[in-house]
Amino acid sequence: MATPAVQVERPNYLNSTHGIRSWLLTTDHKRIALLYLMSVTFFFFIGGLFALLIRLELLTPAGDLVMADTYNKLFTMHGQIMVFFFLIPSIPAILGNFLVPMMVGAKDLAFPKINLLSWYIYIFAGGLMMYCIVTGGVDTGWTFYTPFSTAFSHTQVVMAALSIFINGFSSILTGLNFVVTIHRMRAPGLTWRRLPLFIWSHYAVSIIFLLGTPVLAITLLLVFFERAFNLGIFDPTRGGDPLLFQHLFWFYSHPAVYIMILPSMGVVSEIVPCFSRKRIFGYEFVAMSSIGIAVIGFLVWAHHMFVAGISLYAALIFSILSYLVAVPSAIKVFNWTATMYKGSISLDTPMLYALGFIGLFTIGGLTGLFLAALGVDVHVHDTYFVIAHFHYVMVGGAVMGYMGGLHFWWPKMTGRMYPEIWGKLAAVTIFLGFNLTFFPQFILGYLGMPRRYWEYPPEFQVWNVLSTAGASILAVGYLLPMVYMIWSLRYGKIAGDNPWGAAGLEWTTQSPPITSNFEVTPEVTWEAYNYDEIPAPEEVPVG
Amino acid sequence: MADTSALATQEHEHSDLQHHFADMEQQKEASTLGMWVFLGTEIMFFGGMFLAYLVYRLKYYNEFAAGSQSIDITLGTINTMVLICSSLTVALGVKAAQRGKRKLLIVLIILTLIFGLGFLGIKGIEWYQKYQEHHVPGISFNISDIQHAHPKTPLNPGHAQLYFSLYFALTGLHALHMIIGVGIFLALLWMAWKGRFGPDYYTPMEIGGLYWHFVDIVWIYLFPLLYLIDRKHIP
Amino acid sequence: MFQNLPFWPPAASAQAGTVDALYLFLVALSVFMTVAIFIAIFVFAFKYRRRPGHKAVQIHGSWILETAWSVIPMGIFLVIFAWGAMIYYQAHTPPPDADSVYTVAKQWMWKFQHVTGQMEVDELHVPVGRDIKLIMTSQDVIHSLFVPAFRVKQDVLPGRYTMVWFRATKPGTYHLFCSQYCGTQHSGMIGQVVAMTPTDYQAWLTQGGAWKSLSAQGNTLFQQLGCNTCHQQETQGRGPSLIGVYGHHVQLEDGRVITADESYIRESILSPTAKVVSGFKPIMPVFQGLLDEDQLNQLVEYVKSLGNAPEGAAGTPSLIPAGTKSQTY
Repeated sequence: MATPAVQVERPNYLNSTHGIRSWLLTTDHKRIALLYLMSVTFFFFIGGLFALLIRLELLTPAGDLVMADTYNKLFTMHGQIMVFFFLIPSIPAILGNFLVPMMVGAKDLAFPKINLLSWYIYIFAGGLMMYCIVTGGVDTGWTFYTPFSTAFSHTQVVMAALSIFINGFSSILTGLNFVVTIHRMRAPGLTWRRLPLFIWSHYAVSIIFLLGTPVLAITLLLVFFERAFNLGIFDPTRGGDPLLFQHLFWFYSHPAVYIMILPSMGVVSEIVPCFSRKRIFGYEFVAMSSIGIAVIGFLVWAHHMFVAGISLYAALIFSILSYLVAVPSAIKVFNWTATMYKGSISLDTPMLYALGFIGLFTIGGLTGLFLAALGVDVHVHDTYFVIAHFHYVMVGGAVMGYMGGLHFWWPKMTGRMYPEIWGKLAAVTIFLGFNLTFFPQFILGYLGMPRRYWEYPPEFQVWNVLSTAGASILAVGYLLPMVYMIWSLRYGKIAGDNPWGAAGLEWTTQSPPITSNFEVTPEVTWEAYNYDEIPAPEEVPVG
Repeated sequence: MADTSALATQEHEHSDLQHHFADMEQQKEASTLGMWVFLGTEIMFFGGMFLAYLVYRLKYYNEFAAGSQSIDITLGTINTMVLICSSLTVALGVKAAQRGKRKLLIVLIILTLIFGLGFLGIKGIEWYQKYQEHHVPGISFNISDIQHAHPKTPLNPGHAQLYFSLYFALTGLHALHMIIGVGIFLALLWMAWKGRFGPDYYTPMEIGGLYWHFVDIVWIYLFPLLYLIDRKHIP
Repeated sequence: MFQNLPFWPPAASAQAGTVDALYLFLVALSVFMTVAIFIAIFVFAFKYRRRPGHKAVQIHGSWILETAWSVIPMGIFLVIFAWGAMIYYQAHTPPPDADSVYTVAKQWMWKFQHVTGQMEVDELHVPVGRDIKLIMTSQDVIHSLFVPAFRVKQDVLPGRYTMVWFRATKPGTYHLFCSQYCGTQHSGMIGQVVAMTPTDYQAWLTQGGAWKSLSAQGNTLFQQLGCNTCHQQETQGRGPSLIGVYGHHVQLEDGRVITADESYIRESILSPTAKVVSGFKPIMPVFQGLLDEDQLNQLVEYVKSLGNAPEGAAGTPSLIPAGTKSQTY
């Protein structure tokens, strides 16, 4: 679409009503998405600050920056905040909330008020977590293993458990909204096979939200009961089984990692076709592999417990299932790469993030094979190898996907373009900083450096120093978008309605969209990723 | 022409149609699907605790069976009957709402509330009994009375505490859901009083009913698991 | 600088080589796949870069490719799975004649109790070339014993035994870490394994004076606690004779047949009614809460050390019908 020569601000969801009440009491999914954007970004920086302190402490083998208890709280709260208050909501609550109704041609989600309630639950839970932090913090590790968390820790375990428990309802309600919207509110002609893959991955994510989160909720509730009311469910002196906690905890927390990666995969599935000007290769396979990951993901939880004391037979079963769950992810990587074949590739910032995702997720996923191999896992479990693995998939994967998505849909959400040079620079900085931070940790892990160690033997120092150096670069990489995206809100180039020439119903509306998204409910007669019909942006005459 | 346009006008003007839905039918389907999905999450929620209970039941058979025999099966049975009756009044209430029978609906909702509060009262009596018998996990926990009932089988007090911990956690969580259910039905009572329900709109009653039935079904599982199974004689 | 830049942990156990071999295979596979994907992306991004007159070709997909890149990876994964499973199986099957060392973990130290009586804290001396089995339990929270040079790791749990075994192959001093977060001094709960040549180890054993063997300590406790009043040596008393029970099958009241290992003996002391021997009543008192871990280890080692069973004793193999399948406990 042509960019208008004269800028007159059209009515849109941002300027339709004014005042703080119109934002805090909004039921517009797009405004709620922005509310989430602000709060999720806040928690990202708190979690990131904790990460920097951890890496600063680890510059030297001795524990000389903070006390041991403080360090234990730092890694615990880094994990809790990043997992529950950043990664899990990031794409679904921001991009999902914004785009799911638009992509299916609806005016809003099925339950707009429940959507707002989701955000308030998240904020309340986040407030509890902040309160927990400032009143002493919690030092159990984000995994809360019993009996340490129930009977030995002297920190704010109850408050942290309650905070995460409450936050779970935010996820559950978001998942509920997505499932009902996708089932019942698709525009006429929009069959399942015409849905964008972003929708497929959010549908799969919602399944996990709905079936997995309640199990975490009951697990944390039992921890709360034990600490608050002395109901000793996990107390070994009363016959309680510490492994029962681990089974219950990981039954959710393993699918949780697929919650964190599936939406990013959905983002990549939108970006790669757009910047290759090609339909995605193997649409049905990519769609089905999202569902496959969600389903099989529920069957592998005890691969976190290979040295925990489970039986040999259980270990064998969970190992083989863990290899099974790797296959759909591999299918996606191959399909994305094949999409570039004979395409017409343009390396705009979103595409850089998407390609970075594919590369880093590949490495992260391959190292998962190491962990699924029973004989190797015994050696590398609970070492820095595991930390490197999950940061490759979570940060190199999920966060790159999130950044790519933010950049891709920024023009749609705000009506503005971010500055492309800075976008590219930040993407490259993040990629390089990330690898320097986490690749040395694979080596550290095989050497035997355990995780959650405040001090370590001197021979591990050089790798730790490299890792910290990388973390500083990574921090700069993340600060850059903060700055230039806020800058773009005022000074960025006015984006047209479809600056990328992308497929998808959301790009047929104005940028930013009107409150009800569509003037008229669309009737869909075309297949997804119809790039044979949509001209590339440079092919559209300007003016 | 007159009929269809009247229907269209009626739908377009229906005061309960929310703006993002195309029509009342889509709204009803969405709301009903939403409640079913939510109940699915509740199954997973209770499921985790049921699993913990089953694992320990198998592991510490004697203490759990002795624990089962120490709780009041009469009160438990009465409560089961009370809940089943309340589900009947709820089901009849949904029908009454659908038929627009305001007065009948109000009576049925009030009956449901009486049954629900009755259930909670009886549960409170049971809990108080446990408190008096020193079967509440904590400092004054003491199972010497239960041990006396089974003199030939040494019982491990720690394992017995696990039974009672789960008893309180399970029935407590269930009771919390009942209280929420009572709150929902109070709201429905208000809506019924205002005459909000009729053949073209009774969705809140329907989904409130679904929730109530679910809470009932959880009890139908809890009751045998806690009170009824393995009552064979332990010496 | 490169002296302080280690790439690889020492390999000092019989197991280490097998773990390293699989690891290196996985590294090779990962490098291959990563390079392949990176090259594909770079080549496509360059070769198909956007330029005027160059249009994308719409390709729907390819069943053949999808099948190939699902089946081939799954096949490779199955190979890796089997390989890893074999290593894990070996790691979980200590040889029957392995030397036992009882290990008690507590916040934040390791106690190693040799059966010859020596007690070590945060340090474990072992002879090279012998199979060593650590029978471990925790006094408080979950810990984990990790010796990177041996490629072994096992969580140590409160309330039960877990085992790990290894055979050291090279004399030397190796790191021992706690690798399950356990509180304030988790990173301080470290020590070392000192592997010695058999002669050096013998010398170490005899130095520091005479130690009372673990089973002798257990014998003393056995008498003190009155266990011998029911578990009389030669005959069946109110409780079954314990002579020769270790390592053999035991028939239980409910019909199950289990193998009496360390965990069975420990459980029978703490929770006697869990597995009552066939022909006996569940009258043994509960010792849960009355014994600490060290005392339990003494008793377990004592029972292990008792000789063969007399003929016809209840619960012994001669009374178990031929062909009964045993249930590994």
